[in-house]
Amino acid sequence: MAYALQQLINGLTLGAVYGLIAIGYTMVYGIIGMINFAHGDIFMVSAFIAVTAFTLLAAFDITSLPLAITAVLIVAIFFTSAYGWAVERMAYRPLRGSTRLAPLISAIGMSIFLQNMVQLTQGARVKPIPPVIEGGIVLWTTPDFTVQIAWTQILIILVTVVLMVAFTWLITQTSFGRQQRACEQDSTMTALLGINVDRTISLTFMLGAALAAVAGVMVTVYYGVVDFYIGFVAGIKAFTAAVLGGIGSLPGAMLGGLLIGLIESFWAAYLSAEYKDVATFAILILVLMFRPSGLLGRPEVEKV
Amino acid sequence: MKKTLIATAFLALGAQINLAHADLTVAIAGPMTGQYASAGDQIRRGAEMAIADINAKGGVLGQKLKLEVGDDACDPKQAVSVANTMVNKKIVFMHGHWCSSSTIPASEVYQEADIPMATVSTNPQVTERGLKNVFRIMGRDDQQGLVAGEYLADKFKGKKIAVVDDKSAYGKGLADEMAKALNGKGVKPTLRESITAGEKDYSGLVTKLKQAGVEVLAYGGYHTEVALILRQAQQAGLKLTVMGGDTMTNSELVTAAGASADNVMFTFSPDPRKNPDAAPVVKRFRDAKVEPEGYVMYAYAAMQLFEQAATQAKSTKFADLEKAMRGGSFKTVIGDMNFDAKGDQKKPGFVVYQWKGGQYDYAAK
Repeated sequence: MAYALQQLINGLTLGAVYGLIAIGYTMVYGIIGMINFAHGDIFMVSAFIAVTAFTLLAAFDITSLPLAITAVLIVAIFFTSAYGWAVERMAYRPLRGSTRLAPLISAIGMSIFLQNMVQLTQGARVKPIPPVIEGGIVLWTTPDFTVQIAWTQILIILVTVVLMVAFTWLITQTSFGRQQRACEQDSTMTALLGINVDRTISLTFMLGAALAAVAGVMVTVYYGVVDFYIGFVAGIKAFTAAVLGGIGSLPGAMLGGLLIGLIESFWAAYLSAEYKDVATFAILILVLMFRPSGLLGRPEVEKV
Repeated sequence: MKKTLIATAFLALGAQINLAHADLTVAIAGPMTGQYASAGDQIRRGAEMAIADINAKGGVLGQKLKLEVGDDACDPKQAVSVANTMVNKKIVFMHGHWCSSSTIPASEVYQEADIPMATVSTNPQVTERGLKNVFRIMGRDDQQGLVAGEYLADKFKGKKIAVVDDKSAYGKGLADEMAKALNGKGVKPTLRESITAGEKDYSGLVTKLKQAGVEVLAYGGYHTEVALILRQAQQAGLKLTVMGGDTMTNSELVTAAGASADNVMFTFSPDPRKNPDAAPVVKRFRDAKVEPEGYVMYAYAAMQLFEQAATQAKSTKFADLEKAMRGGSFKTVIGDMNFDAKGDQKKPGFVVYQWKGGQYDYAAK
């Protein structure tokens, strides 16, 4: 029981990170119908920005923990959003209106470019930071197992919940949210109604990147090491999460992320860690067989 | 007419001279990019230094050496295409590849093109397939697994040991051999698991180890995953001693795992930096701000091997080189090299090392 609880905590933390990245995939798909394969690498860039920011703060002797984390979050969100904007501007906007395949290839190219750029400028070695937050709370002690939740895990889960609430509010209640949903439904009509579609798409990319930035900072704090390659696996898993939850659906992305995190940790806990990816993808296939548009996705209606 | 003849003869002579002075192309291949790029970096630095030194002494058989670098990113498919590129570049010798899973498919391409290769890949299959062009300048996983497993069985008697690998050709081979050696000593591993390399979250595995009361982790795989496992074990309040293979020589392990790297032991050939004959070369590396750790000296030694084999054979033709390499004895910076019929080292000697305060040294016997 205690063991299961520990694995639940592990799974939730992992799932929260996947969910944050998955939202970037799902929002971009929702608005322009393409899979932004460079999104995982945007996440990787943000982790590098976080490492740089933490190192700089340490150099300036800023040791207050809440202050440091807030500062790093702000810096990472700012620069990563700028990356999100620049990627959309350079790689996808010129291709808008061409075949659906063109931006997809461009995204793969962008992903390779970002990876190699970071490898060349930052080096191929892993970049570690000393543990920022240490320790945790002992939740439950049984004779043979102690359930522990690390402060970093609490931080990740809390930040994700807060962001989800804020994000739902942004999409459902604000005028930007309305514009965003309008572009999703029919971008031509939205443009005719006097809404700047290009600007909305840019903002969507920036928002997705901002969430990836938060995930990047959290991963840096939690795992303590980053390298230029982390975007690949995280990107694939988050993309799977988005598809599992129903691509295009925001709550779906979060749900998909949490599910994948939980499946992974419980499968590794009770069966074998060797086949946990097989389990994840088998469940994805099963879900798609019975609900082709994902768990919370709306079936696509062919417009005539 | 006479003039034309002379001119033609002269030109032909010129072409001859040109041919004689054409460079010999040798190559290295390994993960120059990708997640194990730091090992590729070590190989390149070692090879570049060796070639500069050999060329400074006048080259091999009067010809200068030229280095080609192939990047396989530890991807078996890319390794084959790198191998084909190298064949087209008419290389006469290959040092590589690094990952066993790349070396195995690539070696067949080199075999068809009659190119001898010296690799540091440790999977037994590298030399078990009867390819005549494959030479291994490092020990084998079955040898290093045996040393590691027996050390664990003696040193950690009565403690719970888990055997984990990363599913790669190298990692699984090594972990299997460690498990076999443990069983041979009557120690039954508490857990046998595999993980996926390249991920960041191993908290599931760590929790499982903690639940099972495991204190010693015998790991087959690369250093990047070990660093993450150690960090996450520390967060979960689990103290682990790790036994790994030759890849744990990478100092990245210490930067990434911090103080918990002190609990890492591994098997590796006797440290070439401690070889007194290699002292001048070690000094030259350090002067060039390169620490000759890990595979740096192996790459240097591979180039020395080629130089000496070609000099002894007085040829760079495959048949001559192969005969010289198999029969000869070579003095290199990593010690004397002699190959057996399979192309393995006759005396590969593995030693158990332990990290301590950012340095590794021989572990307590």
